[in-house]
Amino acid sequence: MTDWTRASAADMAAAMRRGEVTSVELTRAHLERISAVDGDVHAFLHIDADGALATAREVDAARDAGEELPALAGVPIAIKDVLVTEGLPTTAGSRILEGWIPPYDGTVTKRIRAARMPILGKTNMDEFAMGSSTEHSGYGPTHNPWDLERIPGGSGGGSAAALAAFEAPLAVGSDTGGSIRQPASVTATVGVKPTYGGVSRFGAIALASSLDQLGPCGRTVLDTALLHEVMAGHDEMDATSLDEPVPPVVDAAHDGARGDLSGVRIGVVKEISGADGGFQDGVKQRFEESLEHLRSMGAEIVEVSCPSFEYALAAYYVILPSEASSNLAKFDSVRFGMRVEKGNVERTMAATRAEGFGDEVKRRIILGTYALSAGYYDAYYGSAQKVRTLVQRDFDAAFADVDVLVSPTTPTTPFKLGERIDDPMAMYLNDIATIPANLAGIPGMSLPAGLAEEDGLPVGFQILAPAREDARLYRVGAALERALTDEWGGALTAQAPELEVK
Amino acid sequence: MAGLTYEQALERFDPVFGIEVHVELNTATKMFCGCANQFGAEPNTQVCPVCLGLPGSMPVVNQKAVESAIRLGLSLGCSIRESSRFARKNYFYPDVSKNYQISQYDEPTCFEGSLDVVLDDGEVVTVGIERAHMEEDAGKNTHVGGTGGIQGASHSLVDYNRGGVPLVEIVTHPIEGTAERVAEVARAYVATIRDIVKALDISDGRMEQGSVRADVNLSLRPKAAAGEDQSAVPFGKRSETKNVNSLRAIERAIHHEVVRQAELLLAGQPVVQETRHWHEDTGSTTPGRSKEQAEDYRYFPEPDLLPVEPSREWVEELRGTLPEHPAKMRARLKDAWGFSDTDMRDAVNADALDLIAATVEAGAKPQAARKWWMGELARTANDRGVTLRDLPVTPADVAELQQLVDAGTINDKLARQALEGVLAGEGSPREVVASRGLEVVSDDSALEAAVDEALAAQPDVLAKIQDGKVQAAGAIVGAVMKATRGQADAGRVREIILARAGVEG
Repeated sequence: MTDWTRASAADMAAAMRRGEVTSVELTRAHLERISAVDGDVHAFLHIDADGALATAREVDAARDAGEELPALAGVPIAIKDVLVTEGLPTTAGSRILEGWIPPYDGTVTKRIRAARMPILGKTNMDEFAMGSSTEHSGYGPTHNPWDLERIPGGSGGGSAAALAAFEAPLAVGSDTGGSIRQPASVTATVGVKPTYGGVSRFGAIALASSLDQLGPCGRTVLDTALLHEVMAGHDEMDATSLDEPVPPVVDAAHDGARGDLSGVRIGVVKEISGADGGFQDGVKQRFEESLEHLRSMGAEIVEVSCPSFEYALAAYYVILPSEASSNLAKFDSVRFGMRVEKGNVERTMAATRAEGFGDEVKRRIILGTYALSAGYYDAYYGSAQKVRTLVQRDFDAAFADVDVLVSPTTPTTPFKLGERIDDPMAMYLNDIATIPANLAGIPGMSLPAGLAEEDGLPVGFQILAPAREDARLYRVGAALERALTDEWGGALTAQAPELEVK
Repeated sequence: MAGLTYEQALERFDPVFGIEVHVELNTATKMFCGCANQFGAEPNTQVCPVCLGLPGSMPVVNQKAVESAIRLGLSLGCSIRESSRFARKNYFYPDVSKNYQISQYDEPTCFEGSLDVVLDDGEVVTVGIERAHMEEDAGKNTHVGGTGGIQGASHSLVDYNRGGVPLVEIVTHPIEGTAERVAEVARAYVATIRDIVKALDISDGRMEQGSVRADVNLSLRPKAAAGEDQSAVPFGKRSETKNVNSLRAIERAIHHEVVRQAELLLAGQPVVQETRHWHEDTGSTTPGRSKEQAEDYRYFPEPDLLPVEPSREWVEELRGTLPEHPAKMRARLKDAWGFSDTDMRDAVNADALDLIAATVEAGAKPQAARKWWMGELARTANDRGVTLRDLPVTPADVAELQQLVDAGTINDKLARQALEGVLAGEGSPREVVASRGLEVVSDDSALEAAVDEALAAQPDVLAKIQDGKVQAAGAIVGAVMKATRGQADAGRVREIILARAGVEG
């Protein structure tokens, strides 16, 4: 009997169309897998078995009735708990939202429902998406299926771990500074941060509005492209949403999988590729090998320099906390969520926030409040915005010369849970290669590049493209994926150690 | 030095003031969401995830509100910025659902204009406009228990229906040189703003419902010695009196602040820079929070919204839609209608100008229209404690009423009864006249019978008239009017009486 949880979403969809499997069977298989392994992995904060099966039954009935169905109809999906789902608890990983049931759907939620994909549940994340390890979740960390002692990345560690543990074939993520790409990197899965404005943010609980972007997570480049098409497109509820056609990402993935990259110019960004140290040897080694594959498919590889990236991390840690300090002000106990009664409204707000927010959230609220304060605004927020402009200019200059830019997604393979929890700077540095894309609003992908020799843990390969050119990520990504899976004899996730089934 | 009068205060000090007017726009929907923008609905029935500030929600700018703001800015002579931004004003307060208000900060859409304000005697004062920017209104807190204030309340209720209603805030530059006319100028300025937003039809301009609200900043400085330049004397510390919400209250608040500050200064005490609350009942202000320890609003550009970038063509198109300046319109109407200064001022103060204009438009003579609106209807509105436009009578009704009088169908007394019927919801004047049977009795035989009956009841009167005491006929006219319940034409009755007495009228 086929273990459908190991299949790709594209294969599941095709098998359903051929009548080889039903959505109820697929959904049940994933729910069973979740029951079996999620006690150890803790990818999910909330599981909606009834809702998922109800959708699955409807899809099966519709298919039986000969209805025309969307491409991914019946394929189950997990949603990061940052996205509001009507009738399903949504916490953004924070205790302050414990028990809150949103009265409305985010735009991406609506699109997933319209695509008739059973929603398995909501995945764990660092509280309000602040973190790179899920250790800042108010509900306990997620464990990396490759090694349960290690971090699954963050903030979207739940979504990535769910994919790597075969608990879901697809997942929604959100990426403010790498929260899709870094978890993808450390779990050997694929994650894409689309162009800013490419996917509606309406219903995504905001961390830093000018950096946040929802995006697709999958185990293959094609699956990720299929989900990208479901999620993307103009939305009048999001004023920053691009009013343009969705880039042809699925076509690009098919195109890339043919393995021909002739005429494609690829730039290796010196500043985020470990040229000056700080990157693990095994990471650099796999990165170099991936470059060789790209070259062998006809791509031209050149080195480019983006000198302003040196300041990107610092600028990011001014802009993000500034916006977050304002975005998180609404969590005041007045209209929703936790309430710690303390006599009057002012004290009640303060007490609720003191109890409901974790340390990292408080740290960033304090940072942001300070950075926006009168007398400091120009020195901090103002300067950070200038750096942002410089980073954008660096990208513009680079993309004038090359089609895509590449780097390792993260400097290291996944570190151990607890290893950096008391060292925020070490934690922040993990995102050094992913942050520039958010500052510039450009799209980025992480896909598996292999396992580092020294620890046998996943290494991610990052591809960046100019704004609106998301399709390039998929073309180059699919080509590299094909070359590597040919070499590995299948998907890298197949090499992950078997989880204990309980 | 207690007991100082306003006039005495202004002999010693020179007032400088500024006004922030908040205009609630009458767009169909709110500033950043699709909820209805309507006054008076059940609490929290005109709300959605966006104006409730629920997690995940995002604002989208109401283009109609932008259009209204630009038209208002153009009416105030402002420049329209090619690219302006919204900003977040961060502060925690339960009526601000997101704990930040979306406003505009360093890049308001409309900036640097000026407005000519015409005082009652025709003097024109030019007020400099610093900016007119868009923002969203807050919800409304109701404090339960105690005296209705936040102090001593047992709990508070928040109604978010008003949260997110579009506002334009108009800020003046400091206004100097108004001396003893300071209160008059302030009042006239706000009245002009109100007239403009009504003429633009971007707000209903109802100060009593809070759709036009004013905050008044005022400071005093010593009067310059003779021959010295007053404008060279530095400004004093100012107070900001919040929510002064009627034209009369603006005058009163300025009077109060002038006297209060002058008394402090004369006693050698400092004026504290602070916000103050206006109390309509006592005509006084009390301190709010001190501006010295003002909140830091941590403004920054609203990242959820794109800049507002109206094209030049659109701005020019909007400029073409601007109505006549209210002062110019008034001068024109005064001429056309032949009103005296007093007539005109009273009509303006009663907010009756457009009602009179519409009545004239519907066919009534200007003086007749004025007489109805400023007489009978003004009294009724006053008795009912409502404004003229709240009365259930339209300018067309008034015009019809006057037509009935002019045609002799009813007399003035009957017309008042007909109006009473209209106000009671009985229908149009014509319908009320018909249903109540109010037509003047014009049938001579009926009148003659009534006259004969009255003469028979008072036999001495006929002799008096025949003796030349013609005024004695009044008693018979009165009796006939009474007998016909006022529906007789008094002039005709008189003629019949005189004919009966055989004397010439």
